[in-house]
Amino acid sequence: MTADDEARWLIRGVTIAGAGQEPGVADILLGGGSVVAVESGLNHSGVRVLDAGGLVALPGLVDLHTHLREPGREDAETVETGTAAAALGGYTAVHAMANTEPVADTAGVVEQVWRLGRAAGHCDVQPVGAVTVGLGGTRLAELGTMADSVARVRLFSDDGRCVADPLLMRRALEYVKAFDGVIAQHAQDPRLTEGAQLNEGEMSARLGLAGWPAVAEEAIIARDCLLAAHVGSALHICHVSTAGSVEIIRWAKSKGWPVTAEVTPHHLLLTDELAAGYDPVFKVNPPLRTAADVAELRRALGDGTIDCVATDHAPHPVEAKETEWPEAAFGMTGLETALRVVQQAMVDTGLLDWAGVADRMSVRPARIGRLTGHGVPLAAGAPANLTLYDPAAPAEAVLAAGASKSRNTPFAGLELPGRVVATFLRGTPTVLDGKLR
Amino acid sequence: MKRHLISAADLTRADAVLILDTAEELAMLADRPIKKLPTLRGRTVVNLFYEDSTRTRISFEAAAKRLSADVINFSAKGSSVAKGESLKDTALTLEAMGADAVVIRHPASGAAHRLAEWVQGSVLNAGDGTHEHPTQALLDAFTIRRRLKGDGGGAAGRAGTRGAGLDGIRVTIVGDVLHSRVARSNVLLLSTLGAEVTLAAPPTLLPLAVGTWPCAVSYDLDTELPKSDVVMMLRVQQERMTAAYFPSVREYSRRYGLDAARMARLPEHAIVMHPGPMNRGVEIAAEVADSARSTIVEQVANGVTTRMAVLYLLLSGTEFPEVAQ
Repeated sequence: MTADDEARWLIRGVTIAGAGQEPGVADILLGGGSVVAVESGLNHSGVRVLDAGGLVALPGLVDLHTHLREPGREDAETVETGTAAAALGGYTAVHAMANTEPVADTAGVVEQVWRLGRAAGHCDVQPVGAVTVGLGGTRLAELGTMADSVARVRLFSDDGRCVADPLLMRRALEYVKAFDGVIAQHAQDPRLTEGAQLNEGEMSARLGLAGWPAVAEEAIIARDCLLAAHVGSALHICHVSTAGSVEIIRWAKSKGWPVTAEVTPHHLLLTDELAAGYDPVFKVNPPLRTAADVAELRRALGDGTIDCVATDHAPHPVEAKETEWPEAAFGMTGLETALRVVQQAMVDTGLLDWAGVADRMSVRPARIGRLTGHGVPLAAGAPANLTLYDPAAPAEAVLAAGASKSRNTPFAGLELPGRVVATFLRGTPTVLDGKLR
Repeated sequence: MKRHLISAADLTRADAVLILDTAEELAMLADRPIKKLPTLRGRTVVNLFYEDSTRTRISFEAAAKRLSADVINFSAKGSSVAKGESLKDTALTLEAMGADAVVIRHPASGAAHRLAEWVQGSVLNAGDGTHEHPTQALLDAFTIRRRLKGDGGGAAGRAGTRGAGLDGIRVTIVGDVLHSRVARSNVLLLSTLGAEVTLAAPPTLLPLAVGTWPCAVSYDLDTELPKSDVVMMLRVQQERMTAAYFPSVREYSRRYGLDAARMARLPEHAIVMHPGPMNRGVEIAAEVADSARSTIVEQVANGVTTRMAVLYLLLSGTEFPEVAQ
C-alpha cells in the first residue's frame, strides 16, 4: 500500500453530475472508502488535494458487458490488463462475460475470475455466469450454485451465442427469480444469421458479404420480451443494434414489463459503411448498422428506452483481425474510449447531460447488475467510487495501443473529445492524471 | 487507371473503353504466327489461386505469357497455404519474391482488397467470394461490343467499335445474383459503359438492397426476353436448393432456365452468354448453349485478350501504340 491509498482526498471545485441532482460545483471529501462530505469550500488538513476545476465528477462507471478473456485467452487479455483498461476508461466495476475457456458455467470458474479481479485491484470484477452448460444452448448451467458462490452471480448470459431454444429461455428466466437473477440475452436468431458477416443492406449487397438481417435480432427480442412478461422475470437485452429493436423494447416497457437494454459505444457512433475497405477491425457481433439505426439508438439512450451503455469490450490478438473479413473474429475493444464516445455521440449532441451520463453509465447498469456498492450518486455516505472527467480536453486521436493487451479498437485515429483524469475505487485512486496508479 | 483492379467500380468509362480498345488491338496478335509481345519481359506475374479454377488461371497465364512476363502459379493446394499460413504471410512472401502483379482468386469476399494493402505490386482480382470478378465483366463487355457494335471481329468492326461504349444495349442477367461475383461486376461495368441492365431472378437469389444498384429488377424472365439484346445466364449451384433458395432444380429450370422455346422469344440479333462452367439442362439447355447465338466459346478466347489488355495497362505504364494514336 502506498501513502495515496490511505490518504483522505479532497477533490476541489468539481462539477457534480449525479442522477437526479442539479449539477453544481462543490468539493468532495473522501475518507475511509466513502464520500465523507460534498460541500462548497471544504477545508481539511492532512488531506491530499486534487484541484478538479472544470472537471465533471461521475459515480464510478459500471460496465455490464466486458470480455476479460481469462481464463483461456490470455494472449488477448487478462483480468489484470482488462481491468487496467477499465480503470483508465473511468470504470470502477465491470461484469466479466462467461465465454471464457473453460466457460464460466460453474461456481469454480466464476470464483476464479472474481479472485483474479480482487488481485488485480484496478476495479471490481463481477463475473457473469453462463446460462447453459458450455454455452451449448441445451442444458441449464448450475445457476443457483453460481449465485450462492463467493462471486455472488446475478447476471447470467450465454453472450456470444443466443439462448435460441424458447423453452430453455423460458426456464432460465423463471429459474433465476429465486435469487433475483437477470438473464442477459444475446439476441441473434442462429438460423437467420448462418454465415452472416455484415448488416444486411446496401453495403452487404455491394461488398458481397453475407447479410445479417435486423430481424434476426428483433425477432428474438420480441419473443423474449413476451416470455419475460409471461413468467414475470427480469430480462436484459445485450448490445441492441437496430431501430426495430428499440421500437419493440419501447413497447415492452410501455406495458411495464421487466425488460432492460444496453447499447455499445460503437453502435452509437459507427455504421456499416466502414466495412467498405474490408478491414475486420469493423467486424463485430451484432454488426454495425446504418446511420438511421445509430440515430434511433442515440435517441433511445437519451430518453431512457435503452437503459445503459455497455462496452462489449472484446479484445482479440492481431492475427485474429489481420486476415480476410469472413475469417476474422467478431469484436472490438471499448473500455478505454467509451466515455469519450458517449460525450461525442450523446453529450455534445445535446441528447444527454452529465447527470444523464451518470445514470446511463453508472446508476442503471449497477442496478441491472445488482451491484450494491456501485452506481450510488455522489453524496455523503456513498461509497467513494467516482470518475473525474475533463469534457473540455481538446479532441485527440485515439491510439490503437492502450492498457488493453489487444489493439482492435475501431476508433484508432479518430479524434474524440474529453479525457478521463482520475478514477477512485473505494477512496483509492486507480487512475490519476490519466495514468494508471 | 488505378494501380489495382479489384472492383469494376474502380474503372471509369474512359478506363473501360481504353481496356476494350487495347484488347481489340491485342486480339490481332492471335492471328499472327508468333503470338507474343515483348512488353512485360522480366516482369513477374503471380497467379495466387485459393480456389480451383483451371479456366481462369489458364486464361491469366496465357495472357501474361503472351506479353512475355514470367508466370508463377501459386495454388493453395499442397502449399504452405494449406498448412494454415495467413494471407498476409503469403503476401509478404510474394512481395519478397518481387511479384510485379498478383492475380488472386479467393473464396472470401474482400480478399483482393486486403491483399492490396500488403503488397507493393498490382493486384488483379480474379474472383473474390461473392463480391466481384472484374475481368470477367470486361471480357463480357468486349464480347458484347464486338457482336453488337461491330461486325463480329473483322478489321472494319474494330475500326467501328473503337472508343465505343455499350450505350442503349439491353442486357438481362439471369439467375443467382445474390452469390454471383460475375453479376456484381457486370452490373457495375455494363452500366458504366451505358448498357441498360436488368436482373431476372427469383427474389430469394437477389440481394435485399438490389434496388440501390444501377439496374432494373424482374422476377419474370419471359417478359424480359423480347426486350433483351443480351441474355447472360449465371451458373446455379446445386447447394442453393438445400438452403431453400428454390424448391428444386427442375422448378428453377422451368422458371428461369433458358431453353429453345425461351430463346425463340429473343430478338433476331440477340446473343446468349454464360461465364462458365455451365450446368447444361439446368440454367441453359444444350441446344441453346450450342446455338449460333451462344458466345460461350468466344468469351473464353476474349478472356485471354482482355486480360492481356489489363496486364498491359497496369504493368507497362503506357498505352498500346495503336490505341494511343
